[in-house]
Amino acid sequence: MAHDHDHDHHHHETQGGSELSPMELRVRALESVLVEKGYVDPAALDALIETYETRIGPHNGARVVARAWVDPAFRTRLLGDATPAMRELGVGGRGGEHMVVVANTPDEHNLVVCTLCSCYPWPVLGLPPVWYKSPPYRSRAVIEPRAVLAEFGVTLPPTQRIRVWDSTAELRYMVLPMCPAGTEGLDEAALATLVTRDSMIGTGLPRAPGPSA
Amino acid sequence: MNGGQDLGGMHGFGPVAPEADEPRFHAAWEKRVFGLAMAMGYSGAWNLDASRSAREALPPGEYLTSSYYAIWLKALERQVQGHGLATPEELSSGIVSTPAAPVKRVLRGTEVAPLFARGFPSDRPVPDPARFSAGDRVRARNINPSGHTRLPRYVRGHVGTVETVHGGFVFPDTNAHLAGEAPQWLYTVRFSGHDLWGERAEPGHAVSVNAFESYLESIDPASVR
Repeated sequence: MAHDHDHDHHHHETQGGSELSPMELRVRALESVLVEKGYVDPAALDALIETYETRIGPHNGARVVARAWVDPAFRTRLLGDATPAMRELGVGGRGGEHMVVVANTPDEHNLVVCTLCSCYPWPVLGLPPVWYKSPPYRSRAVIEPRAVLAEFGVTLPPTQRIRVWDSTAELRYMVLPMCPAGTEGLDEAALATLVTRDSMIGTGLPRAPGPSA
Repeated sequence: MNGGQDLGGMHGFGPVAPEADEPRFHAAWEKRVFGLAMAMGYSGAWNLDASRSAREALPPGEYLTSSYYAIWLKALERQVQGHGLATPEELSSGIVSTPAAPVKRVLRGTEVAPLFARGFPSDRPVPDPARFSAGDRVRARNINPSGHTRLPRYVRGHVGTVETVHGGFVFPDTNAHLAGEAPQWLYTVRFSGHDLWGERAEPGHAVSVNAFESYLESIDPASVR
């Protein structure tokens, strides 16, 4: 397939700037054919890209976590049946149809991976980062999670067990991190700013509140 | 299949490399591939399990050296051709030269927000009662299908504990090959790190997978410690 574009490669080198890479040309050809044959509505393509590039991201999950930190009844519902609980906050949809929330405790830390592909709770955390989809993380999270966490700068007490959740079916996991110390008096919106994407995957911990808190 | 996608426990890939302020997409073509895969996934020509199967069917060497959206692209091209929706010549030229084949559905721009906000649930009723209960000790069967499966190699043959019975879900191993949803009970099964990885295991380490009922077999409780 790559040889089909050798002539384009020449242009790429001699002109520059606006020239398209072989991958861009290959995808453009596919898109042209699928659109022209009527299988794909260009407006749907635009809407899909816009939705997942700009609207859906870890701020959704951060709202869920902050609510669970301030509202014990919500936390109970979230840990009991996460999908309807998240819907209360308007969080849900494709890639999060069947949510499971696992709570970190002083005794146990949770870490989420998909060794077989890249299953990830899209409506809660957005599209996954490249590292989550790449072989180093997918291969190692299940066999040496502490070593993986160390690469993220996270060192857990040896007494805290690590539970790894391999997303091998259509259940999608979100970690409920422990609320950091020193957050007394912070409201829900302020707490949500402490919740990082990685803290909801388990490869990070929430931020500590700033000095103004 | 025992393909390049089944990575759990492999060595040699090096450190995890998080990227600071990572963009959602790293090239314009990645966005288009993402959107095309989503839109075609709605066409009814195939399903999500079939798409996963198409991606992992890439030869392992190619799978492991392709970027994620390149894997998606190659699989999508194969699916489009395999289902007779376009010819190889059309995909290499970008010029349509054969009539369109019928598809069940075309995702319209106005449908994206409501449909994707609702999602596409894969839970299904299962007529028979669940065979296992929470607390049961079960063995992950030593299956090695050449087709799609969601039982990773690193748990096959190992004994774990059923932790949760989730209900009935579409069975990927048949659905991926368009052989029916054949829903089965789905479980969370917990394995100890020591049982999976032996002396090498880090202390206090456990791994859970979601396993369909046919992936599991009963064990005689007396036969294991």
